[in-house]
Amino acid sequence: MKLILSSIRIAFRALRVNKMRSALTMLGVIIGVGAVIAMVAVGAGATDRIQQQIASIGSNVIIVLPGSLTASGIRLGSGNAVTLTEDDARALAAECPSIAATAPTSRGSAQVVYGNNNWATSIQGTTLDYLAIRDLQIASGSAFTQQDVDGATKVALLGKTVADNLFPGMDPVGQVIRIKQVPFTVVGTLVPKGQSPTGQDQDDLIIMPISSAKKKVLGASQANAGSVGTIMVQARGPEVVEQAQEETQTLLRQRHHLQAAQDDDFTVRNLSEVFQAQETSASVMAILLASIASVSLIVGGIGIMNIMLVSVTERTKEIGLRQAIGAKTKNILTQFLVEAVSLSTLGGMIGIVLGVSASVLISKFAGWTVHVGAASVAMAFVFSALVGVFFGYYPARKAAFLDPIDALRYE
Amino acid sequence: MTNQLIRVEELTKIYRMGDNTLHALRGVSLSIQKGEFVAIMGPSGSGKSTFMNVLGCLDRPTSGSYWLDGVDVSQLDRDQLAQIRNRKVGFVFQNYQLLARTSADENVQLPLLYSDIPEREHRRRSMEALRAVGMQGREHHHPNQLSGGQQQRVAIARALVTNPEIIMADEPTGALDSHTSIEIMAILQRLNAERGLSVVLVTHESDIAQYARRIIVFKDGAVVRDEPVPNRRSADRELAELGRDAGEVAA
Repeated sequence: MKLILSSIRIAFRALRVNKMRSALTMLGVIIGVGAVIAMVAVGAGATDRIQQQIASIGSNVIIVLPGSLTASGIRLGSGNAVTLTEDDARALAAECPSIAATAPTSRGSAQVVYGNNNWATSIQGTTLDYLAIRDLQIASGSAFTQQDVDGATKVALLGKTVADNLFPGMDPVGQVIRIKQVPFTVVGTLVPKGQSPTGQDQDDLIIMPISSAKKKVLGASQANAGSVGTIMVQARGPEVVEQAQEETQTLLRQRHHLQAAQDDDFTVRNLSEVFQAQETSASVMAILLASIASVSLIVGGIGIMNIMLVSVTERTKEIGLRQAIGAKTKNILTQFLVEAVSLSTLGGMIGIVLGVSASVLISKFAGWTVHVGAASVAMAFVFSALVGVFFGYYPARKAAFLDPIDALRYE
Repeated sequence: MTNQLIRVEELTKIYRMGDNTLHALRGVSLSIQKGEFVAIMGPSGSGKSTFMNVLGCLDRPTSGSYWLDGVDVSQLDRDQLAQIRNRKVGFVFQNYQLLARTSADENVQLPLLYSDIPEREHRRRSMEALRAVGMQGREHHHPNQLSGGQQQRVAIARALVTNPEIIMADEPTGALDSHTSIEIMAILQRLNAERGLSVVLVTHESDIAQYARRIIVFKDGAVVRDEPVPNRRSADRELAELGRDAGEVAA
């Protein structure tokens, strides 16, 4: 114990004697650790943001879009055929074991008026399940009911952006707004969701019963009264999302009487897959940044090795004396390892302070989301200590195996 | 056997440097009793330093055997030798070998750091050793605040602190003026006489060798002379005379 304490004391004395040299040596580790912490924070921040966005879509969600028309062998882009119906949505929910819920939605845009305030927004006609699938919470008032859906009641739920623009500084619940001149009663407002992964404002919308939307606002014709824009499908769990996707495809092909040779007249899209890919690329980026930063940590380690070799050479006589009075191999090894580790962990601690402040500055001035995790700080510290052990070992070993006679005689 | 501290038999040491082989020791056999004060002399290259290194367990012989205090140490490994040095041998060097920027007290305690002696005894032992060499009250001085003679006293205290069987002094007066040399020899003679501590002194100055009881002379790696000192010098008496002379001059 006294040996370790004395080694630490000797180490710090040696560091103090060569202040400039120690500071320059530590600089390598300081920059390395600082860079690793800042880069990991930036990477973790990006991943966090994407995860939040994924959560905002709703979990385990599949979107079924109407397919494309084929005109003279030329496909005309998705969504221009009206192939999905409310019955499709009901059948999916009823018949597919992996599917928890479905919500048909019809979408359109409309001008909305309250008093002198005008706002153009997106109108989403859907069923109650939609709120659950997208994990939309009611901020004030209440959601519409099944009776509203069945009876095409003129009620609406407002997103935060819409509420803020139509009702600045007042509570919209109970008020009557006009959507395309049709009066609707506001029954509730939604808890804001923020930006979507693609950068859209998810709060700029009005949600209402699908029946009301089609009859009163979007103006569906008699011919396709049952058709819907999209069907949101929620799988029972993350592990059955792919299965739900397959079941959806099979059932819809069956219902649409498609022959084996025919293409699907709809598109099934797994949204979380898309964003998981984004998340993967973000974490790959984070790993890349951290690896580049750790290169500088390794360079810092080489600096420590270099200076420790100089120190061993300078103190050859001292090593010889210690050996002569009874220091064993492990005693000398410990002493120089402690010195190297002191250098690297001291550098590591300063580097942590530097890295954390750099992260704070990045989030402040660049406006990026950064996330300094306790784990990354702890890891940076442990890693800097390991750098000291790894790069200090060779010089320490060199010192420990000096020949005492040669060392004593060294000038 | 009971009183025998050192016994070497047919000790050889051969250095190989490329194609050249150097026979530093060519079959040395001798023994040293406990409590002896031996001076080892010889010109440079005679093998006396090599012999001293082997005796001090800093080096291993190429062949032959070496018993130190009843233990055959000629075949021990690095760390075993380090332990023997720590317990049985106290070194005094020509250039003191004190750690700079380290107080006298800490310098003296240094060998205890590598010993089994409990920590609470370290300071007491260091003070005792410093008192034995007349350096009490200077335990906080750093080497650069001490004269050469004082530094050598601290070095002797460091050699004493583990209660070794033998002190190996390699040219201990080589860097000192003649008066200080006598003072250092007085300390060594006193430790030898009062504590029965064995002393091996390596020197090339024959007048310094006269403070020992026995002189061993090396030449070309072999002992050429090994005899007691007929008219042994007493450092204490010389110091007293010098003091009287100084007093007369002053008067």
